[in-house]
Amino acid sequence: MALERTPLVKSLERRRLFRGSLSLGALALLPGCDISSNESVERFLRALSRWNDEAQAVLFSRTRLAPVYREDQVVHDFRYNAFFSPDDAPKLDAADYKLQLSGLIADKKPWTVDALHALPQQSQITRHVCVEGWSMIGKWGGIPLGDFLRRVGADTSAGYVGFECADGYYEALDMPTALHPQTFLALTFADQTLPRKYGFPFKIRVPTKLGFKNPKWVTTIYVTNRQPNSFWADRGYNWFSGS
Amino acid sequence: MNDIAYEAGITTGASSSAAAARNVQRHPLARRITHWLNALAMIIMIGSGWRIYNWYPALPIDFQFPVWLSLGGQPAFVKPSSGEDGLANALAWHFGAMWLLVANFLVMVAIGFATRHYQRDFLPVGPRSFVRDFTAALRGKLSHALGSYNAVQRVFYWGVLFLTVLMVASGLAIWKPVQFWWLTASFGNYEIARVVHFLGMAGIVGFLVVHVALTILVPKTFVAMVTGEASAPTDAHGGSRHGA
Repeated sequence: MALERTPLVKSLERRRLFRGSLSLGALALLPGCDISSNESVERFLRALSRWNDEAQAVLFSRTRLAPVYREDQVVHDFRYNAFFSPDDAPKLDAADYKLQLSGLIADKKPWTVDALHALPQQSQITRHVCVEGWSMIGKWGGIPLGDFLRRVGADTSAGYVGFECADGYYEALDMPTALHPQTFLALTFADQTLPRKYGFPFKIRVPTKLGFKNPKWVTTIYVTNRQPNSFWADRGYNWFSGS
Repeated sequence: MNDIAYEAGITTGASSSAAAARNVQRHPLARRITHWLNALAMIIMIGSGWRIYNWYPALPIDFQFPVWLSLGGQPAFVKPSSGEDGLANALAWHFGAMWLLVANFLVMVAIGFATRHYQRDFLPVGPRSFVRDFTAALRGKLSHALGSYNAVQRVFYWGVLFLTVLMVASGLAIWKPVQFWWLTASFGNYEIARVVHFLGMAGIVGFLVVHVALTILVPKTFVAMVTGEASAPTDAHGGSRHGA
């Protein structure tokens, strides 16, 4: 009887409880687990990602060059990055490798490794930035992709350049990025023929994009007006992923 | 306690505004909306940022944020559908909420200065008043009057505004190290910008811990930020016992 709670005390307790749950609840609400498994949330995130593609295309400059570094800053033991071990990396034989061209390209004659090496070569020392957060400075040599596309009569007014790879990977670039002077068809790493684990016979080196937009073991290059799929963009990452 | 504090010159803030004297806190609607949108954007940015950090920590220490506190979905649910553990999801949240954070921050700061809320309530402030109020707070002798801000609060509010600017700048430096190479270079390099981005987050989280703790101690400040107004019975000196 003496300890009976008055309505006022009860009301105060309720208020305190409510207040506590509100501030904690607000914090717990978003980092919670289920919100990102929700389908409408996923649709919303995809729409935001497409908006970010547009925004990044506007921010991209065709002439602005990625910062370049000194020889002594080059990392030689470059990180191997793939979803399989280096022993399982595609083993392409220079003797019978042929780069296939398709889509909006006038001269679709396949290219041998030797023919690619015979073209005028350039090199760059740039920072490779991974979507995961790590970055490394490397030296890549090869042919500016824009030079190659013009040489084979590609329609450079088209929207995209796509790549298919020996490991089933697929990637694509918007045309302005494909024509950027530092976008290379990279045949060497650190002045050596590109090792198998880094993408022999060549990788597409794009210092204005995140690492996953730099496909290795490329077997086909095609030009198209329809936005091609990108391996990791199909798994929720941003398609443009520019740096 | 308030009397002692008052006589020792440790009153809350030097603000002589009428509201403070009446121990009333008022927040116009625009301030409340921008405050809560900022809170929402911050929670998304921090939660998703923790998941992104876990993937490849910027600091060379053995530390991971708990996955359940981070934003990006439970790996057990995310992995079967997308083939990855929730980094893509966290990045999508991060690069979505950044637009809300920046747009809302610009409006919030513009309103803060235009209405003279920042100048009137967060100024003047200096190291001497900060040390004085900080010492008083540690000794439990800092009184709190609704609607007025002591020197510690003033420094904290300017600090979190600065940290937000630092987070946007370091974030842009990481997001666009080529297009905004000059911004990245201003931090030293890409890797240093990542560390700055982490430390700035830590500073903001530190602010939030104090901010939320004080709100729990003086719940009427929360009421004011929701309803627009809260008042407390005043004593003779315009202070109240809240938070003392």
